[in-house]
Amino acid sequence: MSEAILTTTPRQRALGWLQPHRVVLIAIAAALVLAAVFTMRWDWLPKYFDLAVQGVWRTIWLLIVTTLLGFVLAVPLGLVQVTGPWWLAAPARAFCTVIRGTPLLLQLWLLYYGLGSLFPQFPWIRESFLWPYLRQAWPYGVLALTLSYAGYEGEVMRGAFAGVPRGQLEAARAFGMRRWTILRRIWLPQAFYRALPTLTGETVLQLKATPLVATITMVDIYAVSSRVRQETFITYEPLLLLALVYLTITGILVFLFRKLEARIPARLG
Amino acid sequence: MKKFLAAFATAAVMAASIGMAQAEQVKVGFSPEAYPPFWSQDASGKWGGWEVEIIQAICDSQQMECELTPIPWDGLIPALQTKKIDAIMNSMSITDERKQSIDFSDKYYNTPTAVIGAKDQKFDATPEGLKGKILGVQVSTIHATYAKKHFGESAAEIKEYQTQDEANQDLAAGRIDATQADSIALDAFLKSDAGQACCDLKGMVAPDLEVLGPGVGAGVRKGDTALADKINAGIKAIRDNGKYEEITKKYFDFDIYGEAGQVN
Amino acid sequence: MLSALFGASTLELLSFNPPGWGATLARGLLASLQIAFGAYGLGLLIGMGGAYGKLYGGPVVRDLLEVYTTVVRAVPELVLILLLYYAGTDLINRLLDVFGYAPIDINGLVAGIGVLAFVQGAYATEVLRGAILGIPQGQIEAARAYGMPPGTMLRRITVPAMLPFAIPGMANLWLIATKDTALLAIVGFGELTQATRQAAGATKAYFTFFMAANILYLAVTLLSNVVLGRVERWSRRGMPATAGAGR
Repeated sequence: MSEAILTTTPRQRALGWLQPHRVVLIAIAAALVLAAVFTMRWDWLPKYFDLAVQGVWRTIWLLIVTTLLGFVLAVPLGLVQVTGPWWLAAPARAFCTVIRGTPLLLQLWLLYYGLGSLFPQFPWIRESFLWPYLRQAWPYGVLALTLSYAGYEGEVMRGAFAGVPRGQLEAARAFGMRRWTILRRIWLPQAFYRALPTLTGETVLQLKATPLVATITMVDIYAVSSRVRQETFITYEPLLLLALVYLTITGILVFLFRKLEARIPARLG
Repeated sequence: MKKFLAAFATAAVMAASIGMAQAEQVKVGFSPEAYPPFWSQDASGKWGGWEVEIIQAICDSQQMECELTPIPWDGLIPALQTKKIDAIMNSMSITDERKQSIDFSDKYYNTPTAVIGAKDQKFDATPEGLKGKILGVQVSTIHATYAKKHFGESAAEIKEYQTQDEANQDLAAGRIDATQADSIALDAFLKSDAGQACCDLKGMVAPDLEVLGPGVGAGVRKGDTALADKINAGIKAIRDNGKYEEITKKYFDFDIYGEAGQVN
Repeated sequence: MLSALFGASTLELLSFNPPGWGATLARGLLASLQIAFGAYGLGLLIGMGGAYGKLYGGPVVRDLLEVYTTVVRAVPELVLILLLYYAGTDLINRLLDVFGYAPIDINGLVAGIGVLAFVQGAYATEVLRGAILGIPQGQIEAARAYGMPPGTMLRRITVPAMLPFAIPGMANLWLIATKDTALLAIVGFGELTQATRQAAGATKAYFTFFMAANILYLAVTLLSNVVLGRVERWSRRGMPATAGAGR
């Protein structure tokens, strides 16, 4: 099959992928899906549809916001570990180790319930302008997920910054570029290209971490499915649909990142 | 051959009857969370409290060997249906909604539903009183259903927590204005240090038998009348022989059984 | 500052003798480690089978394994745990029922190990497949040319040659296994996170207990890093450096 690919059109390639055993497997899968559609209970769907759409939207919103913020944090975290003075490099390193060394669920609970339990001891917090935000659950969810992404991606960025060949930076310096310009024009783009393949994986992992926020009362798609389970006592159907939703989002993510990677020069110096 | 089969059948019946004579093993599911004074855990991890003692008394009176099996609150009914456990005895109220999925024994206690809230705010447990407030409830409870039905329109938000303990915790932290739950469980919280510092009783909610149900009973699998009957007999036995009163006196200064004669 | 955060009395809650909850936390940690070991070991076995199937299996086996690894790596562990924890035991008991056996009771420890191993197996499959692909083809061809039986080839050539490629990824998987045990708290299993949650709920010292549990997890990670670093160096004698990423 692999030799055939070299000289074939997309149509032939698609036919090549569709081998006889795959047709059978797809037929079995389709039969399973049909069986699930017709024998399982889906009558709850219309009632919860609006809530589910909101939940999906909140999950995606959480994913986008925390990966962007996390990445913005990861760049300096990676950079100071490569070139920074020790008093910046050591805390950055410690931060990455702690974040990567403890379960996200516990970090989230420490932030939400741990900090919350301290509020009564400090009455002035309730008078501060931050109180309207501190009251709600989402700032804690966003903070915990952002820090987590920054911790993991900071480690990746450290490797990526360190991996850019010295020669490129020296050449830039020889051109008389200033440090900031070198970072912006040479170092950061090259490090970013290097980190890009891992970004896909890290972002999928981030998506898989989002349902944890349901444990601090945020209503994402996972929480919606829990609510369906609790209110209707139907166990499997909401979970199966939930798995399908995450599979779809992951599929879209992988597709988008592939598009992005295709637009980036493949040659790395 | 026939003889052999007959002998085999007799042996099987005998084995089964020997099995019957031994104490029956019953797995009682409960949610591993602090719910004083019904459920609380000491530092060594052992569970105690009013309901734990009542379960023990009911099981003892029926020669059942009950094993407490921890399952999260929202997983109790699925666990019962999938035979991970045989009964739920976890302050679960008897409601029509739940009866569609499981059967219940008779009630073994019934107490009113209360709303507590932050001390520095004055309001009562009515839809008008809770207008614009954030109300916390435990998911999948009669209180969640009641709050959505009666306060859903007027309250600013109804937040659902995995455990009542977490709702109390967020009330103490000031993240919610009020929480609705069983009056006795809330009373225990109000008497704690954190509760005394932050909150007071806002009142009992208006009755709604359809949602709040006739009281707390033991949940059993649909059609498992044998176990339901045994538990009913156990409840009746400890009510009659004074054991119920003896345990209740340790925790409360009144009878939490509610109106007598009210059966499921 | 510290005493303001913790309160002098709340630190006493961590002592090993009641009213301290130290012993309960220690038991939780032990349970977490048991599950992590079990799930990691079982996951490794699944991974070896999976990698072999993906590389040398028939077309159907290969496609099914692809579905397995894709689904497990795309769906949150939390959802998989809930699905497998309820459905898995239910399914096993229904199968036993069909074949006329009495239902068995699958305790939390076994179910937890099984569920996490299922997840670990998918990642291990990919790690090991990549590692086997990293072996220079000539080595395997040479072994084949010698007429080495597959079992011997696996033991003498494939496993030793792939180790340096597999160990960074497998080390990472071990760290994931220890942290993923925390998710079992959601299904009520009494591991470290659940024990911490109960202790915090009973004493109201949320900050102290969550902090203490984080430190315990961190200690496990740091200790693992030291050991894994040694193993990695040993396996990579004379090889160029490689790096693993992920969580």
